[in-house]
Amino acid sequence: MTVMPAPDEAANTSRTQTRKDRSRPASPEDSAPIMRRVKSKLTSRWATAAAVIIATIWTVPTFGLLVSSIRPAAKQVGPRSDGWWNFFADWDFTFRHYVDVTAAAGSQSANLSQYFVNSLAIVIPVTTFVLVLASMAAYIFAWGNFKGRDGVFIFVFALQIIPLQMALIPLLTLFTQVLKLPPGSYAQLWIAHTMFGLPLGIFLLHNFISEIPGEVIEAAKVDGAGHTSIFWRIILPLSVPALASLAIFQFLWVWNDLLVALVFSGGTADVAPITQRLAEVSGTRGNKDFLNPAAAFVSIIVPLAVFFGLQRYFVRGLLAGGLKG
Amino acid sequence: MEFLGGKFLQVFIALAAFAALIGLIMLIVDRAPKSVKDKLTIVGFLAPAAILMLVGLVYPALQTSFLAFTNASGQPNGVDNFVWMFTQPEALATLRNTVIWTVLVPLLSTSFGLAYAVFIDKARGEKILKALVFMPMAISFVGAGIIWKLVYDYRGPGIEQTGVINSLRVALGMDPKQFLLDAPENTIFLIIVMVWIQTGFAMVILSAAIKGIPMELVEAARLDGANPWQQFRNVTIPGIRGALVVVLTTITIATLKVFDIVRTMTAGNFDTSVIANEMYTQAFRAGEPGRGAALALVLFLLVLPIVVYNARVLRQQREIR
Repeated sequence: MTVMPAPDEAANTSRTQTRKDRSRPASPEDSAPIMRRVKSKLTSRWATAAAVIIATIWTVPTFGLLVSSIRPAAKQVGPRSDGWWNFFADWDFTFRHYVDVTAAAGSQSANLSQYFVNSLAIVIPVTTFVLVLASMAAYIFAWGNFKGRDGVFIFVFALQIIPLQMALIPLLTLFTQVLKLPPGSYAQLWIAHTMFGLPLGIFLLHNFISEIPGEVIEAAKVDGAGHTSIFWRIILPLSVPALASLAIFQFLWVWNDLLVALVFSGGTADVAPITQRLAEVSGTRGNKDFLNPAAAFVSIIVPLAVFFGLQRYFVRGLLAGGLKG
Repeated sequence: MEFLGGKFLQVFIALAAFAALIGLIMLIVDRAPKSVKDKLTIVGFLAPAAILMLVGLVYPALQTSFLAFTNASGQPNGVDNFVWMFTQPEALATLRNTVIWTVLVPLLSTSFGLAYAVFIDKARGEKILKALVFMPMAISFVGAGIIWKLVYDYRGPGIEQTGVINSLRVALGMDPKQFLLDAPENTIFLIIVMVWIQTGFAMVILSAAIKGIPMELVEAARLDGANPWQQFRNVTIPGIRGALVVVLTTITIATLKVFDIVRTMTAGNFDTSVIANEMYTQAFRAGEPGRGAALALVLFLLVLPIVVYNARVLRQQREIR
């Protein structure tokens, strides 16, 4: 989880406003340039201060969770409890909660490790399915030639906006009564998540794939390449930034989902993802409340790692083509 | 760890079956006679995604639209569900809350995100500042719910406070407050959580858009004597209009569908329910699928204008291309 600050880059992007103004002679009668200089200096100093304040406010809640998760139970609940910031006065810490939430057996325990594996078992196939199917469709929407292509594409775009909630009831009926998918397997979750992920996936990848220069594809066609080899040998390798960003998006989305899980998983340790278990243990007010911060932190470790490890792709692919308006 | 084997096997079989399916499609498309090859490619490449979307989104959407006009036992009951929605006080509170959410979250997240993007554009350590604010995007709503329950934690007056905000309130001589219980302002405190998450998204997109504004434009404005505020209003804002629309649209849709935050923090109690949560409660807890479907339909109608607007923008873009 390393973030490399790049002072050089930050310095480059900071507009050279103050330097410019300083080189201009300021006559006493002409108060406007002075005002401007003062203002622009103030702006950048206040701007930095404001940015740091916002960043602090945004980080404190998560930091508080991290600190709480290693404080002993008695400090978190009960008569001798106090705020997590007192940690920096007493330095009293324990990693027992992490052991308790992941390894301890019994119905009282959160026992997150099984649910953690479930989350992975759900998220990896779904991400694969969405990436492959969406890029195939996006290729056709960008470079295939058929009547009504643009109309169909806009329809797909519009599908993004069907609320998940609308789809849940009919889909559950379909899965259990028509397709008879076995309960206690991941199949329902895989299919449901893939269905819901496709419209956005196609949309994002289409923006990117449609901007690949046409000459590249023409040249391949002249060389006798068919659609399949163009797709696998040219389109996919060139689309790696967009594919990476969609993969991260899809990963975070499915990992963090609760609603689809609640409806399709049945809630057992065989299938249910970690978010669902977390919602259960944190929802029941009880004598185990002091385990919640550690449990929550276990559940956010993977998305945080994915996010920090791959954030450059995240932004780059996300922006591809979509913002020219 | 004996549970691992079965789970691994399931995942492996699924991935293998999927690879076989895709391989089969590619093989058929590749071996097809020349006369039908192009058509077959289009069908082969589109069909899997199309079938999934038709079954998973289009069919359920139609089905739900019919369901919205039936009662708990599946009999048609006209517009009763909608009458219930617009007359019952609890249902009305749900609608009111949804409106408050959809107005405040996009507005606040985009404003904070834009301000922050502008501020850090001139600051040192830009990347790390970005990562800090973007981080909540990676945290699940459930995780965020737990994080913010800690922030809003309440103890009776006179006892040591464990929540950050109540601790500050006590230090400033105020009484501790039950942030999540006291209606109607508790909705605002839930909204803050969503703003906390979405600001990072707005910031990243807008920051990239700001950097995309040609330097010459900024220079020209400065030479013409525009102060920073005028530069912001007359150069930056028009320059990032496209990105602003994308951000506002995405956040508005995400907000309309917001479910997890309400579910984990208050479960919709204390007058905090929103349509997406109430829909789940009605359909899956109260045994009223008709009411749930009616709420979902209203949700879709609320989003529809945004779709139409974006589809038009999209069509214009494609015509230019």
